[in-house]
Amino acid sequence: MLKMTHLSKVYRTEVVETYALRDFNIDVKEGEFVAVTGPSGSGKTTFLTIAGLLETFTGGEYLLDGTDVSGLNDNARSKIRNEKIGFIFQAFNLIPDLNVHDNVEVPLRYRGMKAAERKQRIMDALERVGLASRAKHYPAELSGGQQQRVAIARALAGSPRLLLADEPTGNLDTQMARSVLELLEDIHREGATIVMVTHDPELAARAQRNVHIIDGQEVDLAEEPRFHADPSAAGSMA
Amino acid sequence: MFGYYLDLALRSLKRNKVLTALMVLALALGIGASITTLTVLRLLSGDPLPQKSAQLYYPQVDPRPAQGFVAGKTRPMPTLTYTDAMNLLKLHKARHQAVMALTHAKVMPVQGSERPFFSDAVMTTSDFFPMFDVPFRYGSGWSARDGEAHARVVVISDTLNQKLFGGANSVGRTLRISSHDFRVAGVLAPWSLQPRFYAVRLGGRSYGDGDGVFLPLQTALADKMRPSNLNCYDTGDLSKLKRAPCVWLGMWVDLPTASQARAYRSFLANYVRQQMALGRLHRPETAMPDLMQWLRQSQVVPDDVRLQAWIAFGFLLICVVNTVGLLLAKCLRRSQEIGVRRALGATRRTVFAQFMVEAGIIGLAGGLLGLAFAELGLWGIRHQPAQYAGLAHLDLSMFAFTFVVALVSSMIAGVLPAWRACVLAPAPQLKAS
Repeated sequence: MLKMTHLSKVYRTEVVETYALRDFNIDVKEGEFVAVTGPSGSGKTTFLTIAGLLETFTGGEYLLDGTDVSGLNDNARSKIRNEKIGFIFQAFNLIPDLNVHDNVEVPLRYRGMKAAERKQRIMDALERVGLASRAKHYPAELSGGQQQRVAIARALAGSPRLLLADEPTGNLDTQMARSVLELLEDIHREGATIVMVTHDPELAARAQRNVHIIDGQEVDLAEEPRFHADPSAAGSMA
Repeated sequence: MFGYYLDLALRSLKRNKVLTALMVLALALGIGASITTLTVLRLLSGDPLPQKSAQLYYPQVDPRPAQGFVAGKTRPMPTLTYTDAMNLLKLHKARHQAVMALTHAKVMPVQGSERPFFSDAVMTTSDFFPMFDVPFRYGSGWSARDGEAHARVVVISDTLNQKLFGGANSVGRTLRISSHDFRVAGVLAPWSLQPRFYAVRLGGRSYGDGDGVFLPLQTALADKMRPSNLNCYDTGDLSKLKRAPCVWLGMWVDLPTASQARAYRSFLANYVRQQMALGRLHRPETAMPDLMQWLRQSQVVPDDVRLQAWIAFGFLLICVVNTVGLLLAKCLRRSQEIGVRRALGATRRTVFAQFMVEAGIIGLAGGLLGLAFAELGLWGIRHQPAQYAGLAHLDLSMFAFTFVVALVSSMIAGVLPAWRACVLAPAPQLKAS
């Protein structure tokens, strides 16, 4: 589903080159739930934005669903983001002007879907996250957990092949975090491929497999039965 | 998608009402000022006879003494002497030709209880009417023979006919002008050229209501009517108008083809050479501008009107630049939303379109308010003591043009912010959030 080989990402200034990812390799199979972990500044979020085609990479190869994405133009990358990828962000990133219904509708609008189908998908997605009754509410009227559920509904509405989650419980309290995580697990059980970036060891432990990044390079912990917690990381699920 | 962009734009504009109001107001002020001045400029510099202006020419020769003449630099006088006007008229080298001067006709009332009044009048020759496509409600102009025979015939305007005869068909009725009775030969349909090009250098107003009375030149002269503008270049007996060293007659000729115009220029030059050989004329310079050239040469449009238009468009430019700044600020504040939309599948083109639609709505609102400002500005001009004041109205084409200006201005204002929005890299926006 998602395969990066010898991938590198270099940020260059006039005086310095910074490697955010260096010779990075990862292979996520269809239906897997993978947690990408690592300390702050290790390159987790850079990996996720490259995986989500929000950023280009400097070297190596990236195959998404069998397609080499390196040569794609903006339109093609946008189309893939719209049709194959669902994003869940730490800060929810709901659009404050739009109510719950309209927020979930955003990716479907860019797909050019007919109104009736949009409506059906939105209601299905909101029911899936238990917020169908809040369709007319605005983000500011919802709790953090509810906002993240709306964001998940938005990610699910387009039936993406791949869900990319960036610290999905980072801004939530323990109870809300647990509820969101359970929702992600349910979604995974239904067959979705999920790649989740987190520095929370307990959260990572719920994934099928962990990939640990340090200084832009991966340490595959697939052989390890337990994730070794980073002592510097602040765990919200403790 | 357009409906979606429209919906998003309206939501975005509603979110920050003060900023939106500022942008609309800035554009509206610029548009209002520009349309006001442009309406006046267009009114003043318009083509009074668009169907014919390219074939109407104004021949000029210079009757002044040779002293002071500098070849290529001295322009002929703006009007003709009686002798030159009559010579050119009688040679009849154009399809139509007419000479004319303005005067004031003392019109006696038809009913005894009313008082005499002065009406703007044109002393002219018979071709005046067909040459300028003058529309008649009743009757017609006089014939060339009537003109030569000093016939007491008159053509009156629709306004004068309303005033004197209540708008009835007055052809054949008698109208007393000064101390002579004239037979009404024709009544014009409403006819008001703007500018009144034939009157420009004859001592009349360039804009405003048309003339009330049209008389045969020879008849009027026989009745001792005097031209409004007499420009004398030498001393002599000024009481004998026909022989006085003065210019006072304007002449127009109708030359439908370019070859006819060339032939007439050549004829005019030959005429001057011949008159110089006879010792009557002393300067070889001739001129024959067409109607629009003549209006430009006569500087019918006041310089300050042009200046005002330039200033107003400069002001509009400043307003557009302000709107660019406000839209840019708004765009930067929405960078997170742009990042989210890009992540969810918006292409650069769709983000660009969304922002341009928003700019377009601001433009339309600015256009509507600008229209109100323009109406207000024109109302102000109508209350100014200017010849053209009463004509300052927004017509349909300027109405439409207002929205074109509004949309183009807002599109120009919107391009940079929309471009900035669409090239915004989504990842940093999402990381920052």
